[in-house]
Amino acid sequence: MSQLALVIDLNVCVGCHACVTSCKEWNTSGLAGYLSDKRPYDKDPTGTFFNRVQSFEIGQFPKTEMVHFPKSCLHCEEPPCVPVCPTGASYKREEDGIVLVDYDKCIGCKYCSWACPYGARELDEHQKVMKKCTLCVDRIYDQSIVEDERKPSCVLSCPTSARLFGDVHDPDSDVSEKIREQGGYQLMPEWGTKPANHYLPRRKTSLTIHHDELVRADNPLKKEEQLPQPDFDDPSLDDVTSW
Amino acid sequence: MQNPTHKEDNEHIETKTTTCYMCACRCGIRVTLKNGEVKYIQGNPEHPLNKGVMCAKGASGIMKQYSPARLNKPLLRKKGAERGLNEFEEISWEKAFEIMEARLAKIRETDPKKFALFTGRDQMQALTGLFAKQFGTPNYAAHGGFCSVNMAAGMIYTIGGSFWEFGGPDLERARLFIMFGTAEDHHSNPLKIALSKYKRSGGRFISINPVRTGYSAVADEWVPIKPGTDGALLLALIHEIIELGLYDRDFLVQYTNAAELVDTDAESDQDGLFVRREEEAQEGKCFDPQDKLWWDRQTNKAVKTHTENIDPFLLGEFTMEDGKTVKPSFQLLVDRVKEYTPEWAESITGIPADTIKRLAHEMGITARDYQIELPIEWTDTWGKDHETVTGNPVAFHAMRGLAAHSNGFHTIRSLSILMTLLGTIDKPGGFRHKAPFPRPIPPCAKTPKGPEGVQPNTPLAGMALGWPADPDDLFVDDDGQPVRLDKAFSWEHPLSVHGLMHNAITNAWRGDPYKIDTMLIFMANMAWNSSMNTTEVREMLNDKDENGEFKIPFLIVCDAFQSEMVAYADLVLPDTTYLERHDVMSMLDRPISEFEGPVDSVRIPVLPPSGECKPFQEVVIELGSRLKLPAFVDKEGKRKYRDYPDFITNHETEPGSGIGFLAGWRGKSGEKFMTGEPNPQQWEMYEKNNCVYHYELPRSYQYMRNFNQGYLKWARRHRLTRFVEPITIHLYSEVLQKFKLAAQGKYGERRPPEHLRERVETYFDPLPFYYTPLETQLTDTQKYPLNALTQRPMAMYHSWDSQNAWLRQIHSHNYLYVNRKTALENGIANDDWIWVESMHGKVRCMCRHSEAVEPGTVWTWNAIGKARGSWGLSEQSNESQKGFLLNHLISEELPGDEHLSNSDPVTGQAGWYDVRVRIYKAEADEPEQTSPQFDFPKKIKGLGKVSQWLTYVAGKGGKS
Repeated sequence: MSQLALVIDLNVCVGCHACVTSCKEWNTSGLAGYLSDKRPYDKDPTGTFFNRVQSFEIGQFPKTEMVHFPKSCLHCEEPPCVPVCPTGASYKREEDGIVLVDYDKCIGCKYCSWACPYGARELDEHQKVMKKCTLCVDRIYDQSIVEDERKPSCVLSCPTSARLFGDVHDPDSDVSEKIREQGGYQLMPEWGTKPANHYLPRRKTSLTIHHDELVRADNPLKKEEQLPQPDFDDPSLDDVTSW
Repeated sequence: MQNPTHKEDNEHIETKTTTCYMCACRCGIRVTLKNGEVKYIQGNPEHPLNKGVMCAKGASGIMKQYSPARLNKPLLRKKGAERGLNEFEEISWEKAFEIMEARLAKIRETDPKKFALFTGRDQMQALTGLFAKQFGTPNYAAHGGFCSVNMAAGMIYTIGGSFWEFGGPDLERARLFIMFGTAEDHHSNPLKIALSKYKRSGGRFISINPVRTGYSAVADEWVPIKPGTDGALLLALIHEIIELGLYDRDFLVQYTNAAELVDTDAESDQDGLFVRREEEAQEGKCFDPQDKLWWDRQTNKAVKTHTENIDPFLLGEFTMEDGKTVKPSFQLLVDRVKEYTPEWAESITGIPADTIKRLAHEMGITARDYQIELPIEWTDTWGKDHETVTGNPVAFHAMRGLAAHSNGFHTIRSLSILMTLLGTIDKPGGFRHKAPFPRPIPPCAKTPKGPEGVQPNTPLAGMALGWPADPDDLFVDDDGQPVRLDKAFSWEHPLSVHGLMHNAITNAWRGDPYKIDTMLIFMANMAWNSSMNTTEVREMLNDKDENGEFKIPFLIVCDAFQSEMVAYADLVLPDTTYLERHDVMSMLDRPISEFEGPVDSVRIPVLPPSGECKPFQEVVIELGSRLKLPAFVDKEGKRKYRDYPDFITNHETEPGSGIGFLAGWRGKSGEKFMTGEPNPQQWEMYEKNNCVYHYELPRSYQYMRNFNQGYLKWARRHRLTRFVEPITIHLYSEVLQKFKLAAQGKYGERRPPEHLRERVETYFDPLPFYYTPLETQLTDTQKYPLNALTQRPMAMYHSWDSQNAWLRQIHSHNYLYVNRKTALENGIANDDWIWVESMHGKVRCMCRHSEAVEPGTVWTWNAIGKARGSWGLSEQSNESQKGFLLNHLISEELPGDEHLSNSDPVTGQAGWYDVRVRIYKAEADEPEQTSPQFDFPKKIKGLGKVSQWLTYVAGKGGKS
């Protein structure tokens, strides 16, 4: 059984928010829409987003890291939001592991958002139903879209291709390989939720310089050496000795 | 959830391609419409610039299209109403054109310089510049003067090319990438694409920046630096690289003026000029003649440069046969940087000397020990064949962090020299040019030389903006006084190649150097974030003389949105959005070329204009035709072009030149490119080809283009340039020395006015030097110890996006970020309301503690704060109540009575980042509201309706 998921590479995410708004534009007019915005042009605007980027600093100056952390529903393999739903609106699909909400059944009781340890669900305050990332389920199977583009909107838009999409149950998939080889990790595994989405950590490249590399045989300064060159007529041994 | 493959029956879906304009990056986009409404904007995978990706702004284009801040009708200020209050009446376009035609025709037939056209967009200069020139006014510029002209001038006067549209770092092959002071970039998505590929391929990325945000976040190493001191760091890096012999000597000898001999006789009027072989003197041509000399080590004599089998000295002092003492210019550079040790730089930059040395070692070792050799044959301009192209894989990038200081020109010269020493110019893994660059140093365009170039009913006798090669190219009168309103190309800022838009309003208000009549502002928010000294500029815009007349008599503003500037207009012209217009990214302007060859592109409307909006392009064509400007009418004075698309198809730079705004599909049936007869089907051909034309140069023309015979001849054949002479890199700038000599009374006829003599002599130094930024020199730094900066967030483009319901949720107000230690020393807790005060003014805002900023710097996001009542936002919006603008603390002029611009003395680049401030906690009884506050202007009639809920669904009238 497959489990679709996102693998997010924190090594290259620059926090540009392309994923945030491209998600919003696709989904507000998509089957999981709309995504309402309250007070859109007024004080404290607040709207429904399936995906947000949190940015935070780690460490003390000058050893500071700035981490941009995109977060959306992690499509857990043991989703705590599903069993708590009193109406069965929250469910996990057998065929691909996507966790969805059936708006027709949702009564907006928020049990699921309390149960979610990741804060990934948002109650749409206008429609009064719970909404969340669907992995663009209305894109990824749509035969009218060219195959290359049957991916979540956030994945298509990401300029640093920090968002990888695929089946984490398939050991040969690109996402599985990345998780395996680049230290992919899950958020808060101790909760036993088995999030399908993974994150790839920052990786640092450094350059070691050996001292002898700085003492160079090809030092171009050597070409500029100008030893004193006396005039031809200056006194010389030839003037005074005859061996 | 419902069946995900379900489709409604009644929907009409269509997809069109065009070019984004949510920022200056200009990505290719595909727009999907449902029942005529925008459903989805995605990156076009077939576009060479963005290859399918998008950014936050681009993906929010829907909310720009349907923003309630959009202007819908031409507006005329009500008779007797003050400016700034939005007291308008709606008028017809015909009335608007009649008003403009009558006013402008009168100005043109009397004194054309009394019309000033300034535009926030410097990527539409081909058209706006043509209009200004045809009108005959010298008073035209785009926003480069207050953006990043130091970057353009500093690099182009050194290597013949620059960053952004003109060139960039080749991250495909670099091993070490050093980025100075860049948060976000013009070339936004391409840089992100390249950076992630680069990191994944194991490249090392070092960020040198007072603040760690944006791209710096993913750097392998962050080197915090004090603002405005990058010049000191760069000079110390140059010092260390020379000291250890880590420079590329072969590159310096062959391709730069390092070995060329300079006259060093301080008494001579040739002091500091290259010694020339007179028999090859070529006057009046815009290239660097090959008439200089090297010192031959074998014969111990001066010889012609590039003499075969000669290896000249780069160091030493020599005596010519006529007794003249000369030095290779590299020796002068070595003499200059002698004192600039890493230890010296440590005290200025705050970077430990050991770190500076290590950075120099990393650059030098990577350049020399990781050399790339590509099997690409090419021939240099001296006829020598090369079997390979080599690369030293160290790449750099920089933007306003270096540029927006009054010492930025020399800082950027230093960077260009460092890049040259490492041998990285137009080579794999280093810096690479983009067509139509490289240009001769300096480029050929020139302004008129004096006031006689401005005549009634006559086009300007030159370009409004140019590239002076010596003092004779200045645009001044017989007394050395400026001809231009902004004083560009005068002795105050001789190389102000992008103008000084930041002084245009103050100068017009003061009538210095003269009064004007009408100012037309296109897409520039001069009453807010585009002006320094915002509060006073707003007063100037509304100020009247003793007769009760406005000091700036008539203001025309063209904008798509209700910006702060719109309120000050006498006449408002409602522009369209980018989705509603034809437009071109032209080779005559700043195209979107790639390293591999020229690229230009177009916008084709995907939606009809809303309301009565009219694209500014159409306004320009209409006005040009009505005013009978020669380029827009035929010999009988009849209108030549039906509309803008017709103009683009048929306009040639001169009759029969074959050069037009678009380079692709020229010739009668589209069989030619770059040059060729107009093609009536050209727009259709762009439309069929993703709105983009991309010509990929043969591989042998893709590198070493300053000296690549094949490329330069190709460029001449296709009329990108007139000359095929090598574009020798100016390690030593003789252009600058000529200005210095003029100030010393030794060069040419023209002399700076006495009060500027010392200034010109000091700052026009042929070699870079470090000095404290001008305003800092005049500031009590005990009282104002902190540097204050802005950065551009990736999700907002200047002021454009506060009306965007989605983007404003990402940044609805801004904080002042202060190093935690600095804040605590000042008794300021996280989220406290504080005052930030400079010697020019103060602002109340909220403070955020940060560990990602060096302790001597405070910073905030640029242009998030808004004036109350603008951009279609409510009176209580966060942007106006909590958001703030740092511009209130920054002056457009230096302290003193001389009214000198607060700018780089060489280029006129606005010194935004030179301001010094102090911070202190606001009193407990003060309101928790940003200060200053401005009156809430009237709502403009006819703007979109705003409700408390937005539930956008495409295809249903925008409603759920």
